[in-house]
Amino acid sequence: MSDKILLNSKEIKIILHRLACQLIENHGDFSNTVLLGIQPRGTFLAQRLGKLLEEEYNIQNIKLGLLDITFFRDDFRRRDAPLEANTTHVDFIIEDKNVVIIDDVLFSGRSINAALSAMQSYGRPKQTELLCLIDRRFSRHLPIQPDYRGRQVDVINNERVAVLWEENDGKDAIYLTTND
Amino acid sequence: MKSLSVQNLLGIKHLKKEDLDLIFETADHFKEVINRPIKKVPSLRDITIANLFFENSTRTKLSFELAEKRLSADIVNFSAGQSSLKKGETLIDTVNNILSMKVDIVVMRHPNVGAGVFLSKHVDAKIINAGDGTHEHPTQALLDSYSIREKLGDVAGKKVVIVGDVLHSRVALSNIFALQLQGAEVKVCGPTTLIPKHIESLGVKAETNLRKALEWCDVANVLRVQHERMDVKYFPSTREYTQLFGINKEILNSLNKEIVVMHPGPINRGVEITSDVADSDQSIILNQVENGVAVRMACIYLLAEQIKR
Repeated sequence: MSDKILLNSKEIKIILHRLACQLIENHGDFSNTVLLGIQPRGTFLAQRLGKLLEEEYNIQNIKLGLLDITFFRDDFRRRDAPLEANTTHVDFIIEDKNVVIIDDVLFSGRSINAALSAMQSYGRPKQTELLCLIDRRFSRHLPIQPDYRGRQVDVINNERVAVLWEENDGKDAIYLTTND
Repeated sequence: MKSLSVQNLLGIKHLKKEDLDLIFETADHFKEVINRPIKKVPSLRDITIANLFFENSTRTKLSFELAEKRLSADIVNFSAGQSSLKKGETLIDTVNNILSMKVDIVVMRHPNVGAGVFLSKHVDAKIINAGDGTHEHPTQALLDSYSIREKLGDVAGKKVVIVGDVLHSRVALSNIFALQLQGAEVKVCGPTTLIPKHIESLGVKAETNLRKALEWCDVANVLRVQHERMDVKYFPSTREYTQLFGINKEILNSLNKEIVVMHPGPINRGVEITSDVADSDQSIILNQVENGVAVRMACIYLLAEQIKR
């Protein structure tokens, strides 16, 4: 197995600031906007962006939810290993809100498809957008594209994108790992 | 993530501690789901479940039906009263006929002990025992333990007394297995005639003095007096039973601690429990009912997960 670094912590920081600014450009003071981090790996990115918007860009009362999509996935009973559920923490209704779905890596698009179904349990949003840190090109199984992306990468089949977060993995970094 | 160690849910006796933990963890997620504005997930949309009730039930049947519907399964219902059983069909024939309509999971309640085990050996579907005679009622015991865990934080180390008609109760046996598996201490309390003769071989102490039993316990699980299963008189009168084994506010207030009161339902108000206790803050009877749906969703989900396409 070999690792190649795609983004280091400084580059991630710059990208997070850019994504935060792009969100502000479209959503202003976030009074009618909610952020939904997809469990498990999208929640770190969502929380990081939420914190950045509050602390560096002085936007108050950002509504941030963590959405688990396990029971909405389309591969139940189709995988070798059982699906593992995570906690959902959404303490608001998304009826008539602008929703930004946040995930770390956009690959096949199936997780996002499940997230679009899962979030309907909390109402009918006015508009839904997708933000992802890494967009793996040419790998989609569904017609789903991000509205905000950190970095677009070309990844071949036996390669995997690993996103590490300081709060969980000890450092911020994104690697391209190859299974030889 | 782990899977259940069993292929069917026939009784708590067949389960391991890890299975209970897995069911409770999964139920936590489903409890969150059933408190959403839209309480439904699509996981089981290609699974068909038959609910076969060869014995009357209101709560369990409704709870299973709701759990199945919240998981988006297709369901068929069957009650013995309106069936061809009266025309002389055997259990295996009835069930095989239903299975030939492509049913994946069977939820069955039956008056005979061991009906679920028997069925699991003869038909090709997942079987969930929803009560077999006076033997086991696993999902009830699971939701009881889940409710204790929710109220008191943990089941391990807790003292639980099961009060009443233990002899005819499948809830009691499943509860004893489940509670002991999690490291709780269990006592039973009731008239000598309603305590099974060899109950102590299960590691359970019997107590005939209600006050002593309540002073000892953290949780009292009160059972219904099952008149319909009594072919002879087990106690002189209902009035005497109530005086000796009925839970009322006076006896609870006279204890030096506040215990948790549970009841699997249906309640005979004024017989084994008075209304003021059943409706008090000490009672978690309605929490049990709510948790029943989440726990049954978890059991069905985890068994369905084993059915590969």
